[in-house]
Amino acid sequence: MALSTMDIYTQAILSTAALIGLTSFLMLGQSRLLRMIFVFGLQGLLLTITTVLVAYSTDNHHLYISAGLTLALKVVFIPWMLRREVITMNMHRDVQALTNKTTIMLGGASLMVFSYYVLHPIVHTTTAVMLNALAVSLSVVLLGMLLMIAHRQAIAHVVGFMSIENGLFFAAIVATNGMPMVVELGVAFDVLVAAVLFGIFFLHIRTSIDSLDVDLLNRLHEVDK
Amino acid sequence: MIAAYFLLSIPLFGIIFFAFAGHKADTGLINIRLNAVSLLATLWLAVNVLNGGTLLSAQKAFLVDPFNVYLIVLTAFVGLTTSIFSSPYMAHEKELGKLNDARLKLYYSMYQGFMLAMYLVLTTNNIGVMWVAMEGATLATVLLVSLYRTPESIEAAWKYFILCGVGIAQALFGTILLYYAAVQIGDLGDSALLWSVLFEHADQLNPEILEIAFVFLLIGYGTKIGLVPLHNWLPDAHSEGPTPMSAILSGLLLNDALYAVVRNKMLVDGATHSLIAGHLMMGFGLLSFLVAVLFLHRQKDIKRLFSYSSIEHMGLMTFAFGIGGPMATFAALLHMTVHSLTKSAIFVTVGHAAQLAGTQNMSKIRGLIKTQPRIGWGLLIGTVAIAGFPPFGVFTSEFLVLLATMHSYPWLTPLLLLGIGIAFAGLFRHIQPMVYGDRPEGQMPVKANLLPVMIHLALVLWLGLAIPGFLADWFSEATVLISGSAPL
Repeated sequence: MALSTMDIYTQAILSTAALIGLTSFLMLGQSRLLRMIFVFGLQGLLLTITTVLVAYSTDNHHLYISAGLTLALKVVFIPWMLRREVITMNMHRDVQALTNKTTIMLGGASLMVFSYYVLHPIVHTTTAVMLNALAVSLSVVLLGMLLMIAHRQAIAHVVGFMSIENGLFFAAIVATNGMPMVVELGVAFDVLVAAVLFGIFFLHIRTSIDSLDVDLLNRLHEVDK
Repeated sequence: MIAAYFLLSIPLFGIIFFAFAGHKADTGLINIRLNAVSLLATLWLAVNVLNGGTLLSAQKAFLVDPFNVYLIVLTAFVGLTTSIFSSPYMAHEKELGKLNDARLKLYYSMYQGFMLAMYLVLTTNNIGVMWVAMEGATLATVLLVSLYRTPESIEAAWKYFILCGVGIAQALFGTILLYYAAVQIGDLGDSALLWSVLFEHADQLNPEILEIAFVFLLIGYGTKIGLVPLHNWLPDAHSEGPTPMSAILSGLLLNDALYAVVRNKMLVDGATHSLIAGHLMMGFGLLSFLVAVLFLHRQKDIKRLFSYSSIEHMGLMTFAFGIGGPMATFAALLHMTVHSLTKSAIFVTVGHAAQLAGTQNMSKIRGLIKTQPRIGWGLLIGTVAIAGFPPFGVFTSEFLVLLATMHSYPWLTPLLLLGIGIAFAGLFRHIQPMVYGDRPEGQMPVKANLLPVMIHLALVLWLGLAIPGFLADWFSEATVLISGSAPL
């Protein structure tokens, strides 16, 4: 079906879905940490816009609270915390080259196709918007994982972790118009605590291995050596 | 239902109290008392369920039925006995200079935080809140794994945080899909995440969506259960954290994650009417069981050894729930109880043994019976129990699992038998030189309170000889709830 035959709301949701997918790819291929954090903030902003759109069109007031929480946590607090960490660690000048960028980007693309494939069985029970929204959010989750695998910096792992949360949140907002309030508050609380814990961990890792390169965390083995 | 609210308020009070009061000489004692009050509250709850059957709170926010009531009591019980062990143990660690007051404050506050998360996972009727509480349990324990601040413990905690965090995110995606399917039924409104409501409407849920959802739920909560290949965090977190943490992680967290999977499986089974969920659980369970028994042979660290044994037993339980018949379900419920009791008893003993020898390296722990007979015998009897020897309860439940397997999938029985045999050899080749033999030079007995161990092992023995009537009734009712028909 043609995009122009849909109503404005559907078109807007589809566009934000596409943009959120795009930000995931941008983060995946990014070799500078500060830019990665910036794109992550952008993804949070897109998520906030989506939430406000859904809240407005369904007239669901508690979604405005979710939008506020997303804005505060994912656009302001977490990027600010990560940015500060990068600058204190003096890592903003490092260019961390990905060893096999082409493979990783191709892997990312296949993950996106895979997400559509996985969710294809539900296509006849739902609209095209839902399928796209769910598939994009699943691929954001998977791309977040790939990001964590591809990068060695603890900061990049946190960005990956939080962008997985973004993907899940997008699914909850678009596919189901938001989870019940108590669950959403609980999830936001967990994200906040996780962000604070990550901050504490950076301190610990730094004092223990004097770097934030998690490849150096390699003392424990599955079997004795 | 007041009992449930009361139960949840105790650890909540505990977190705040310990966080503000700071660590004093009697903090360990207060922790024991709080856990004792929690145990009394759970017993009160249990009596209510015994007299009145399933309880559902006014807004349907909490549900206590025969399936979770015994797990709630078990959680409180293991929480209490572990706190009895932890009080002198942590004091000793402080004397050794490994910990200071600030970290002990964190420890006790988060101990209560973990208990709160566990009670919430078990009592809540909302599968979204269940997810939040499960993630909360990770967050509460992650700083406890790195309590000693050694490079190894920080690595273990980081691994635990990242793996469990990413893993459990999959469970949230599964929960969202489940909610999506529930919203499609219409007219459920905000109650579309309530387990009891979904269970009533299970056959209206879209089976295709639920199949996909279950895959995510199993992977997500399966990370917490420690299913292979998602188990990497488990031995690290168990071996590097303080021993009381290992006892409650192994005894409680793994059980409660499995509980979450089974609750969700009940919904999925109701919708799909197929064996797909069961087959997935059987596959992951059997793989975990077989891989873990092989790893038992290659361990050096005593706490890692027993954490692989935990993976093995969790695998067996997942497998049994996957078979899904009444006998297998009954066996899995019993196995959850006896494994939790035995494994926490073992970790308590292991904690003392490691303090006695001054190391967790098994090749350096020797002559336990000669040095301190109670620790030596405790470890030996605990190992005998966990390896599945009669007359202990683990034997009964493993035997029932084997019977159920022979009945439904006879060709898998040899694999299980082989695994149990390899596990037995793997445990005893390490344990025997540790408990027997001569006492090394200069090894002195330590102050140890082995009362928790004895009570746990006595209960496991009792469950092996005769299951008390009310407990058997609960197991039967839970079996009917989960598998649809009565056992035996």
